[in-house]
Amino acid sequence: MLLEQVVSGLASGSLYGLFALALVMIYRGTDVVNFAQGEMAMITVFVALTLMKAGLSFWAAFGCTLVFAALLGAVAERFIIRYVSQGAVLNLVIVTVGMFTVCNSLAGWIWGYIPEPFPTPLEGGAPLRLGGIVVTRYTLVILAVAVTIMVLLYTFFTFTTVGIAMRAVAQNRTASRLMGIPVNRMLLLSWALSSVLGAVAGVLVAPLTYVDPNAMSGLLVYAFASAVLGGLDSPVGAVIGGLLVGVVENLAGAYLGSELKLSFAFALIVGVLVIRPAGLFGHARLKKV
Amino acid sequence: MGIRVAAWVAGALVLVTAPFVLDPYYRFLVTMMIVYSVVAVGLNLLTGYSGQISLGHGAFLAIGAYTTAIVVARFDVMPYAPAILLGAVVTALAGLGLGFPALRLSGPYLAIVTVGFSIAVPQVLLKFEWLTGGVQGILVPTPPAPGALARWIEAEQWVYLLALAPAAALAAIAANLFRTGAGRALVALRDSEVAAQSVGISLRRYKLLAFTLSAFYTGLAGGLYTLAVGFVSPDSFTLLTSIQFLAMIVVGGLGSVFGSILGAVVITLLPNYASEISKAAPWAIYGAVLIVFMIFLPTGLAGLFRRLIARRPAGARQTGASAQTSIHRGGVRDDSQQPHPTPQAAPERD
Repeated sequence: MLLEQVVSGLASGSLYGLFALALVMIYRGTDVVNFAQGEMAMITVFVALTLMKAGLSFWAAFGCTLVFAALLGAVAERFIIRYVSQGAVLNLVIVTVGMFTVCNSLAGWIWGYIPEPFPTPLEGGAPLRLGGIVVTRYTLVILAVAVTIMVLLYTFFTFTTVGIAMRAVAQNRTASRLMGIPVNRMLLLSWALSSVLGAVAGVLVAPLTYVDPNAMSGLLVYAFASAVLGGLDSPVGAVIGGLLVGVVENLAGAYLGSELKLSFAFALIVGVLVIRPAGLFGHARLKKV
Repeated sequence: MGIRVAAWVAGALVLVTAPFVLDPYYRFLVTMMIVYSVVAVGLNLLTGYSGQISLGHGAFLAIGAYTTAIVVARFDVMPYAPAILLGAVVTALAGLGLGFPALRLSGPYLAIVTVGFSIAVPQVLLKFEWLTGGVQGILVPTPPAPGALARWIEAEQWVYLLALAPAAALAAIAANLFRTGAGRALVALRDSEVAAQSVGISLRRYKLLAFTLSAFYTGLAGGLYTLAVGFVSPDSFTLLTSIQFLAMIVVGGLGSVFGSILGAVVITLLPNYASEISKAAPWAIYGAVLIVFMIFLPTGLAGLFRRLIARRPAGARQTGASAQTSIHRGGVRDDSQQPHPTPQAAPERD
């Protein structure tokens, strides 16, 4: 019983981790917390669904969707975020909350509020039995993708020139510009990449949640919980935070009643943040005076 | 001076006679504007003046509204007037509680925690059904005017007046708060925590004060909400409610009491017109408004008015600047402003 709850917690936790990775990507690259991340992913999932309905295969639709997601992220950066990014954190939060609301209601406007199934070729085969515990294959797929992206992101930010340049831009724009980093191009790239990551997460999640304009907002809350728990600037933290939130939420649901799942996850974050304000794996930033 | 006093008197007269002139639909709408003005002023105390973002004010409103509904209607243990005050006090305590983690968190982290708060509270309301009535919510009858007044004043008109009185008082307190030491300490902390602390301002005390005060305003508005709407349910207090409040102060102007009220009026009116286009339209517009104002008009409508007034010759300045405490948001510094409203404040003494 307990072990099964833990495993099913890990399954949903890997989803949260995936979204949390997209949040970490953008926070590390641009120092912005994107409240619209989940809703942007939801729009890309709707685009994928529309393409598949128009007759494209899953993989063709998936490819097109990734391109669309990159464009969406780039457009958001170029035409909205760039004009506020020099301002206070408060202004940025307000603007991404605005983007969240716009994406959510536009999707409802365009595609309606009736949840639709999302077919996927990745979900198939009988569930596996590992020592008495039942695990669906799809859970393993999601977990594998999450871990792969985590490793890729870690490598990208630690060892590649572009990744290091992005971190530099997030930390100090003026100094980066003086070092010859094309700052604007880096910001654009961060947003595009993060939107692509969100789309990957969205397409993986969609078969489980179904697709409707509010499908991702619940997930996003968990993703935030995960990212904050693990530390907003740590890819490893995002995945581990996701798994932790998933397990805690599932155990709370099983033993304390499912209505309070989210509240419990929230209490957990507050608890962790009070002890470690930068999250479990995050780095506290020093304030310049 | 004469013009200014006349404007205040005229404004007060219009507001007091409005419930007797307007038809029931518009009377309700204006009542809601008053209720939401209190929330917006409260949120602005926290976000605009103290620089602490909150996406949790929908939850604060819920706490105030439910406290009032529970003691007035569900258990019928208290008349409505002290119940509203009780709701405000309970909410203030909740605000104090949220203030403690907020002491250690900044910017995006705080925003996320308040999002969690505004999602958790409706869940808790659903869970404790014996207290809150669960999904069904609680029906609260509109209280009639007391005693002999009931002969002339209908219940809905009475509720309107009941909302107007504390709203006016709270707006006046907020507008004058920034002439006090505490108010200035909040602004100082917002503009630079390090600098403020180094001149001896206690970060802990004033941040907690900001949260408590802001929650008090919102909780009181919650009690008024209960009486005006006559019904509370968890669905009425979602994350979107909190976003709506944020939109109010962004539209009206961060750090302006006058702006908060203006924003509450605009955002309350908007769904009436926008929902004719589509059910999703009001929300799309709220979102767009948040983005557009932050990019093009970060000081909101109040900032726009201030700039228009500043362009006129000096002698004509006084009327519009009445409720303003000319305060800028970090990052959107408006250099034409004095840091504090001493010149505008002077005429009030005579």
